[in-house]
Amino acid sequence: MLSILKTLWLILLHTFRRRETVLYPEEKRRIPPRWRGRIILSRSPDGKERCVACYLCSVACPVSCISLQAAEDEYGRRYPEFFRINFSRCIFCGFCEEACPTLAIQLTTDFEMSEYVRMNLVYEKEDLLIDGPGKYPDYDFYRISGLAVKGKGKGEGDEELPPVDVRTLMP
Amino acid sequence: MTTASIHIDGNAYSVTAGQSLLRACLSLGFNVPYFCWHPALESVGACRQCAVKLYRDEKDTRGRIAMSCMTPVTDGMIVSIEDPDVRKFRARNIEWLMLNHPHDCPVCDEGGECHLQDMTVMTGHTYRRTRFRKRTYRNQDLGPFVNHEMNRCIQCYRCVRFYRDYAHGRDLDVFGIHDSVYFGRHEDGVLQNIFAGNLVEICPTGVFTDKTGKRHFVRKWDLQTAPSVCVHCGLGCNIIPGERGGELRRIRNRFNGSVNGYFLCDRGRYGYEFVNSPSRVRQPLRRDGRGEHHKPLRSEEARALFADILSRKGRVVGVGSPRASLEANFALRALVGPEHFFAGMADTELALIQRQIDIMKIGPVPAIPLGKVATCDAVLVLGEDVTNTAPILALNILQACRNAPMARADALHIPRWEDRAAREAAQQVKGPFFLITAHDTWLDESAELVFKGTPDDIARLGFVVAHFLDEDCPSVAGMDGDRTDIARTIARSLGQARDPLIISGPGTGSGYVIDAAANIAWALRKNNRNARLSFTVPECNSLGLAFMASQAVDSALAAVERGAADTLVILENDLFRRTDKDRIIACLNACKHVVLLDHLMHGTASLADLVLPVGTFAETTGTLVSSEGRAQRFFQVYAPQGDIRPSWQWMRDAMTVRGTLRGASWRYLDDIIAAIAGEFPELQPVIDSAPPGAFRIKGLKVPRETHRVSGRTSIHADTTVHEPKPPDDPDSPFAFSMEGYGGKPPSSLIPRFWAPRWNSVQALNKFQSEVGSDLVGGDPGCMVIEPNTGEEPVYRQSIPEVLAPSGSLVPVPLYHIFGSEELSMFSSSVAGRAPCPYVALNPRDASRLGLSNGDEVEIAGRWRGPVVLRAGLPEGIVGVPSGLPGTGAGITGGRVDVTKVTS
Amino acid sequence: MTVNLSSFIMPLAILLILLIVSAWLIWLERRLLALWQDRYGPNRVGPFGLAQVIADMIKMLTKEDWVPPFADRAVFVISPAITMVTILSAFAIVSFAPGISVASLNIDLLFFISMIALNAYSPVLAGWSSGNRYSLLGALRATAQMVSYEVFMGLSLMGVVALTGSFNILDIVEAQRPLWFCIPQFFGLVVFVIAGIALTHRIPFDLPEAENELVAGYHTEYSGLKFGMFFVGEYLNVILISSLITTFFFGGWLGPVLPPLAWFIIKTFVFICGFILLRASLPRPRYDRLMALGWKIMLPLAILNLVVTGSIILASGY
Ligand code: SF4
Ligand code: SF4
Ligand code: SF4
Ligand code: SF4
Ligand code: FES
Repeated sequence: MLSILKTLWLILLHTFRRRETVLYPEEKRRIPPRWRGRIILSRSPDGKERCVACYLCSVACPVSCISLQAAEDEYGRRYPEFFRINFSRCIFCGFCEEACPTLAIQLTTDFEMSEYVRMNLVYEKEDLLIDGPGKYPDYDFYRISGLAVKGKGKGEGDEELPPVDVRTLMP
Repeated sequence: MTTASIHIDGNAYSVTAGQSLLRACLSLGFNVPYFCWHPALESVGACRQCAVKLYRDEKDTRGRIAMSCMTPVTDGMIVSIEDPDVRKFRARNIEWLMLNHPHDCPVCDEGGECHLQDMTVMTGHTYRRTRFRKRTYRNQDLGPFVNHEMNRCIQCYRCVRFYRDYAHGRDLDVFGIHDSVYFGRHEDGVLQNIFAGNLVEICPTGVFTDKTGKRHFVRKWDLQTAPSVCVHCGLGCNIIPGERGGELRRIRNRFNGSVNGYFLCDRGRYGYEFVNSPSRVRQPLRRDGRGEHHKPLRSEEARALFADILSRKGRVVGVGSPRASLEANFALRALVGPEHFFAGMADTELALIQRQIDIMKIGPVPAIPLGKVATCDAVLVLGEDVTNTAPILALNILQACRNAPMARADALHIPRWEDRAAREAAQQVKGPFFLITAHDTWLDESAELVFKGTPDDIARLGFVVAHFLDEDCPSVAGMDGDRTDIARTIARSLGQARDPLIISGPGTGSGYVIDAAANIAWALRKNNRNARLSFTVPECNSLGLAFMASQAVDSALAAVERGAADTLVILENDLFRRTDKDRIIACLNACKHVVLLDHLMHGTASLADLVLPVGTFAETTGTLVSSEGRAQRFFQVYAPQGDIRPSWQWMRDAMTVRGTLRGASWRYLDDIIAAIAGEFPELQPVIDSAPPGAFRIKGLKVPRETHRVSGRTSIHADTTVHEPKPPDDPDSPFAFSMEGYGGKPPSSLIPRFWAPRWNSVQALNKFQSEVGSDLVGGDPGCMVIEPNTGEEPVYRQSIPEVLAPSGSLVPVPLYHIFGSEELSMFSSSVAGRAPCPYVALNPRDASRLGLSNGDEVEIAGRWRGPVVLRAGLPEGIVGVPSGLPGTGAGITGGRVDVTKVTS
Repeated sequence: MTVNLSSFIMPLAILLILLIVSAWLIWLERRLLALWQDRYGPNRVGPFGLAQVIADMIKMLTKEDWVPPFADRAVFVISPAITMVTILSAFAIVSFAPGISVASLNIDLLFFISMIALNAYSPVLAGWSSGNRYSLLGALRATAQMVSYEVFMGLSLMGVVALTGSFNILDIVEAQRPLWFCIPQFFGLVVFVIAGIALTHRIPFDLPEAENELVAGYHTEYSGLKFGMFFVGEYLNVILISSLITTFFFGGWLGPVLPPLAWFIIKTFVFICGFILLRASLPRPRYDRLMALGWKIMLPLAILNLVVTGSIILASGY
């Protein structure tokens, strides 16, 4: 009983405390770099699209708000024909970024993306693709994968031996 | 078969003795990882992944590690799967296999249904410790069907074992030595074997993947699937088509132990692209007059116009289709009336198929389920080019041929599942397999004895064989000594076999051949109740249609010519494939109205006044009757866009407008199925071929989508952010959704093979009552032909005469797996492998006629093409490819003159 | 029969003012809660965020007013109205100042108690008719809670009645001229306040709608205007109980210098703030504790209060 009264009193005293609220947008806070905001698709250091259209982000997404279609260029490089994120569904959980094996999809510090029309929250690849490598400046998936693409033949990747010569009998 | 009691990790189980321990463990539901073993290819012990621990007795605590796939089950065996040593062994083994495995999963089409991924996760290997560089290989271009990415290989040898040993392919092998063996061709080039597409499913990694799928790739978890039946030949192989975003993406095998087992042919696997073809009819089209262009029409207008055409008191006849479902054909039959319903095939073909049905019904030799062909130990093929008209039958014949030579392995006490050793024991000995055909075929080299001749020769030889088997069979006068010897050899082998099988079909166009096959089978049956018979049919529902119609296309055209009909309703059919071109054009022009319900724009469509867009097998539900008389339901995979509807619905609506007809009351597909069963008592089993539309499990439908399907809230977001409600499907127990019953449905409703921890096609093990045998709950499909085993059949008596020699040649249709079938030729990959029209001649005939390779010739005034010299074609025969696009109906029967065209 | 115009205007004006005030209370509550939680609360729409209420109302009124297909439609629609009607009727007896009231009956207090009792039907029927298990659980809780606490509320007021000797509100207020009843009827006051919170089912006694257990309890399925009625009903209830605390225990409009109405408003306002403070401070008790509190503490306390009051009155030689 007494503790209840004490609680009431303590709460009442809060009338005279400072308010913690930051009055956004007049005042802005510093956003940490690992903030999970607007999603982008990045490019590898050589300026090519990083996304290889593996569908892992789309299957990882708990609200199923990513969809894409895989395609392949004439040299064997994979890329998304279209890549769509419905931000009106996205919960900014970052699972897509965790799932992405190529570090292509990244969440950024930007969160100011409200719209009056929900349709405007549907971002296509043109809206998502940026010109740089984002948070990971050095990674290039195709240097590590075994696939041959333009500018990298079989055995020319990092940590790769030259292609096997099937016809040799040397031990 | 004896049972053995074995102890696995402390629990006792009773299993069949003598099988491999791996198979026994998998059948018991244990997750033992494996690579090189495959239920159809059995064991070679190449990958060392299936290690388990074996103990001598209860006192043995150390045990020893052994490969379960190479260990026969013996009574009292003590096994451990979970022992820490052996678990570590398996994890290390995967680590070894992965040393050189590329960092490819994201760009690998196998990813998400990769057996290597599954096994890696299962064994717990997660982190790459090696610091050395990876081995790489160059890839090969293997043609339009199969993609090659050799870096991903783990040297399990499954591919070559399937390709060479199982499918008798020649041009894929293993090259190189030590740690750099290479699985591929000797040089780039198209894989020649017609079962090459199975490499996609056989290879446990992403070395061989579906090349057509690459153009529109999606992962397995995103595919909308439903059980379906292949429409590219009469065998009725079970398939799993996969769709996403309104596009059919791929076909995978759907195991059915009684039908196709583990494999599909490349026509079935790659013919699917006709569904996405630019030639699809996607909206109703009408043409105001002859020679006018088609104009699109709104759906309601088309419906009204169709009803209007029908109600104009015209004399309407309907032409059904051997590639449309029973339900669609029946709807047309109800629409026009039974007496005005014509089967959509040549009259001669209908007669042949009905002859086959009669033979199967009279019995007493039952038709053999396709899946059991591999258990036969002697095979006689009479007249049919099974490789091209019934490919999976050919594959199963190849397995049947192994059975007799395997006796040597049995004698050496080598279990048959010990594949390498058993094959070694059997050597290259050929089993009793006899081919009596009109021309050389791919199976020739596997046959013990090959005879080639005209269809009449084939039939006559067949009658002689029958006569040797049973004196009561009519004898054939005037056979020469050689042929008599051949017949005697064949008769002796067949007579000695435990499970002899006779195969024939309408391919030669000769009813005598079919009769001869029947006589042989009946004669065999007198002494051997295991004798079996198998007839092929040309199209996926030829047999079903033959039950419903007594007349066919030529009669329908005759009715038009007589003036007895002035309105034609054609169901899913291109008449130009059925009979003479000029006659068809004349008849179509003579009709007041020609209505076509079809999904592809072809010759007949361009002459129709009204074309109604109908769904393909992937967009509708229906029943097909396969060549062995098995009624099988195929289920709609996805809801078609736009105005495309099932054929039966267009006709039902027309009947509703006309008001008087019975079809007006059909609301659901099941109503038609009930009507079919009511009208044709023998088609009663169609009802049971799959559960009805109202079927629910725990009140739930079976979901067509996987529980992991992605992109639901964004796939349509480019047009609307309000996720549209999925379409209803009252005609089947399936929902267009990821929601529904999550467990395993009845065998005829399995939409995909997946089980927890088993994402690859190997999940199938979990759906079988015993690994490698039939599906839990029995293989799907119901037989519509019950052979009457009671009464003795009356031997067929009419034997073709020997014709006097003349300068004319006997035309024989040549079938091409890629080319002769209508629908698959709308698929670019298949079309790319089809031949151009040609005329095949024996070199001696050619020189007699003064023709050489490449000369343009004309046959019977209507077939043209360049001469191709083919030594495998007997003299006196001219081979004309059947069914190539634009070439019209083939030429069969009689004799023809081949004349050079001089231009 | 002479029609007295003012007899229409007065109730209408009171009704209107009550509705406006209760809506505005939403704003007040949010601001006060924010204040005690070191936040700002709604401060953007209009001066001090006052227009927030208008915005909220517009939103609520324009929302889809949806009746679930599995609900019992008629009952579902009527239930929220019951709350409004009974509470507004109960206001009829409240005397805001001499002459400012809807009705003055000689059974004022009984009328109030019976209206409060009728109010219990609202959550019960709403929860039951929703056809939703959570709603039904909420309804069951509401039934037990309201039925029990009505008993103590009635009993707690008996002391006041005994001291006044009348059920009439005016008499009760007038009887407090010498001494506000909060002193002699302290225990009555405690029981009345606690029972009042329980009857308004506000935090901490909001078990019928406990959102972290029952989604939103009996009004889970409600939306739009119907939900609005429950929502506003709750605040009307708060005003009602506050004004009755003022009336029964704190001398009603009595007070020096300022006009009576002002005194009434000030006192009532304080108690309303008290309600909000309770909400800002206290956690929800477990359901069985709530019932135990009622029957094991409140009931004896109320009876004891009545017995002692009665004995004193008898002893003081009435
Ligand atoms: S952040 Fe989460 S919800 Fe948003 S797209 Fe990525 S996975 Fe989906
Ligand atoms: S996970 Fe990464 S690489 Fe894969 S589809 Fe998504 S963004 Fe592209
Ligand atoms: S084969 Fe399997 S493990 Fe290898 S890259 Fe492809 S998906 Fe990954
Ligand atoms: S290519 Fe595939 S099937 Fe062949 S050995 Fe390699 S991993 Fe095995
Ligand atoms: S599965 Fe046994 S060794 Fe490969």
